[in-house]
Amino acid sequence: MSKENKVDCGRRRLIVATAAVGGAGAVAALVPFVASMLPSERAKAAGAPVEVDISKLEPGQMMTVEWRGKPVWIINRTKDMLDTLPKLADAVADPKSEKEQQPAYCQNETRSIKPEVLVAVGICTHLGCSPSAKFKHGAEEGMSGDWLGGFLCPCHGSTFDFAGRVYKAKPAPTNLEVPPHMYLSDTRILIGEDKKGA
Amino acid sequence: MAANTNFEKYKSDGSIGGNVLEWVDARFPATSMWKGHLSEYYAPKNFNFWYFFGSLALLVLVLQIVTGIFLVMHFKPDASLNAAGVPVAFASVEYIMRDVPWGWLIRYMHSTGASAFFIVVFLHMFRGMLYGSYRKPRELIWLFGVGIFLCLMGEAFFGYLLPWGQMSFWGAQVIVNLFSAIPLIGPDLSVWLRGDFVVGDATLNRFFSFHVIAMPLVLIGLVAAHILALHEVGSNNPDGVEIKKLKDENGHPLDGIPFHPYYTVKDIVGVVVFLMVFSCVVFFAPEGGGYFLEYNNFIPADPLKTPPHIAPVWYFTPFYSILRAMVWPILGLDAKFWGVVAMGASVVIFAFLPWLDRSPVKSIRYRGPIYKTFLTLFVICFVILGYLGTQPPSYWGEKVSQVCSLIYFGFFLLMPWYSKVDKYTPEPERVTMK
Amino acid sequence: MKKLLTALLFAPLMALASGAAVHLDKAPDVSGDNAALQNGAKLFVNYCLNCHGASFMRYNRLTGIGLTEQQIKDSLLFTADKVGEPMRVAIRPDEAKQWFGATPPDLTLIARARASEAGPGADWLYTYLRSFYRDDKRPTGWNNVVFENVGMPHILWELQGQQVLNHETHKLELAVPGKLSAAEYDKQIADLVGFLVYIGEPVSGLRKQLGIAVLLFLGVLFVVAYALKREYWKDVH
Repeated sequence: MSKENKVDCGRRRLIVATAAVGGAGAVAALVPFVASMLPSERAKAAGAPVEVDISKLEPGQMMTVEWRGKPVWIINRTKDMLDTLPKLADAVADPKSEKEQQPAYCQNETRSIKPEVLVAVGICTHLGCSPSAKFKHGAEEGMSGDWLGGFLCPCHGSTFDFAGRVYKAKPAPTNLEVPPHMYLSDTRILIGEDKKGA
Repeated sequence: MAANTNFEKYKSDGSIGGNVLEWVDARFPATSMWKGHLSEYYAPKNFNFWYFFGSLALLVLVLQIVTGIFLVMHFKPDASLNAAGVPVAFASVEYIMRDVPWGWLIRYMHSTGASAFFIVVFLHMFRGMLYGSYRKPRELIWLFGVGIFLCLMGEAFFGYLLPWGQMSFWGAQVIVNLFSAIPLIGPDLSVWLRGDFVVGDATLNRFFSFHVIAMPLVLIGLVAAHILALHEVGSNNPDGVEIKKLKDENGHPLDGIPFHPYYTVKDIVGVVVFLMVFSCVVFFAPEGGGYFLEYNNFIPADPLKTPPHIAPVWYFTPFYSILRAMVWPILGLDAKFWGVVAMGASVVIFAFLPWLDRSPVKSIRYRGPIYKTFLTLFVICFVILGYLGTQPPSYWGEKVSQVCSLIYFGFFLLMPWYSKVDKYTPEPERVTMK
Repeated sequence: MKKLLTALLFAPLMALASGAAVHLDKAPDVSGDNAALQNGAKLFVNYCLNCHGASFMRYNRLTGIGLTEQQIKDSLLFTADKVGEPMRVAIRPDEAKQWFGATPPDLTLIARARASEAGPGADWLYTYLRSFYRDDKRPTGWNNVVFENVGMPHILWELQGQQVLNHETHKLELAVPGKLSAAEYDKQIADLVGFLVYIGEPVSGLRKQLGIAVLLFLGVLFVVAYALKREYWKDVH
């Protein structure tokens, strides 16, 4: 009996050793397969940071560039537009941009590096439609009379102000995303990368 | 013993795991399958080296399916040219090799796995011939096995077109044209197979479909049937004696041991050794000296330019040599037709082995000198035919391949005679442990 | 008996195997020598990329031969805007076809495709690029010993000089010296060929390193698995 126990003990030790080494090998062998589903070099190249020249962007105008297959808006906001932002503090869901929808350097009232230039991903945070620009005050563009200008998502009616902040009681849960970006010069922006190498 | 489904149902010991197992076992034959196929499947205790290749073939099948699934995520069966003027399919293979994270490893595993599959299966079949594993009562196992081999050849052939390199293209061109040798319907048949007048985008797409769906499904079904039939009658062994004849008081064969744990731990060792050899190829010689990945296949398919020398991949070359060896028109039909017939026959003839062999003993250990000589000659001829198939046609090559083809078929067709008249020593009662 | 038969069967095979082979010079192995590979990259971009693409090779993959993305951008990035893009050919393929009669092949995989029984692709390329000679019968004025009636002119003739074929000895002789000595020219070609081998399979270095690790691991697994098998098989007599 005692002898058999001994044998079993040795056997168990070997089973554990083989299972441990074999299991470690199996997990290591999984890595290439799992990793192969990550973005490829082609996808990364297509998603590489995009350089944008904004020298021709007039105040009040907006341009769209593609970054990682998504529309990125760059809006040169006028003083009028910027003045609407403080007035909306009570109307928007996250006035101080507390949710992480922007890099730390854009967590301010204008949600931007330079106050007038907003860079935001033009994808509604609800279900991924691209909102349309409704820059004019009031009902002129089919909005309500007290509309101060911003964006309307055509799919489910979420509305955003000139800083991409979502209005309260709308389907979209968070403000529009501000991508990492940096100024290479006064008029050149690099979208997709900032000084911290994001 | 084998395939017994009347095992007692699992009774829980009261633990949660035990309860779950009892619940499952009452509704699904979990215990029965485990016991019937593993822990109480009694296999002869005298398996030798040659008995590793069955489980290794299963391992390679799994490896090919898993790597294949991940390759399909990135491969595009498209013969049109991309912006750089390269066929999309060819470019997508290079995309896997360069741009997909770890794609190169998965692709090399798949390409090496194809050759490994044939090496393992050839050795597995040779084991059957050494020890008479195809003899009664295992004829059906053997027939399923021949079916698997045929499917495997189809699977490999369809898969070889996919990288859309020069060898892919011209190999497919030549093989599909073999069908045009069939009288009357031949030319139309080969057009139908290609879906075009040359191998083209339509061909690539249908080969892709066959390679990733049709063939694997049939293959898995046949493998299941092969194993079920094996577990029904029990495994043969190097002595070729039936272990079921002598049983102990519990009804277990005296010379049998449960497959699990004995053969599972043994096969794990075999798997590790196999993986070592496999890794040596994958990591240090993935081209296999130009045999596993042919050099010309690094050039995109060009329908206007045949490479100076085309040969099938190494595992088809013995059969291809037999095709080339037929140079005489017979009965008013041209040599091309008879070449195709000979090639087809050289594979299908394996299926008749159980009925061609008339020896009173199964294993080579107890057979006489005639069978041993014939089997040796057969193996030598098989290797020579394989070598000649990789070489450009030549006068001596043709003569030698004709002699070898003759011996190849002689091995089978003369077997009813020589296996009967050959000397033999009587089989022992029990298996021997050498 | 068996041996005799084997000998009889193999004799004609031996005769078959000893066919005439093209003689190729052995290319020096510069794999892992980043300075040489970078020089090869420079030669490739300056001389080859005008007519041949390397369309499966992304510029940023050249970080594998010790270059930074900034260095690639500054000195090699002539046919693309971003370092993530492939090394595209400078001229348009259809124009190239008009000029040379055939589209110059993509060179990403040339070192793998040119391998043969005569030797690795590197040897073929190394010999080929040193075997151009003057031939007035050819439209380009050039011919090649390794690649008869080649469509490509001798792009590097200013470096190598001009060779002629001595029809009696079948040897190449330097008629007009170039900017480089024969040894210097051979070194440049060795670097260029090394680079072509590199782009043929940029992962090959990692592949071999990983292979050693995998084999070591399997060795350990073999030891425990074999011990486990021995332990169980003690029961079987």
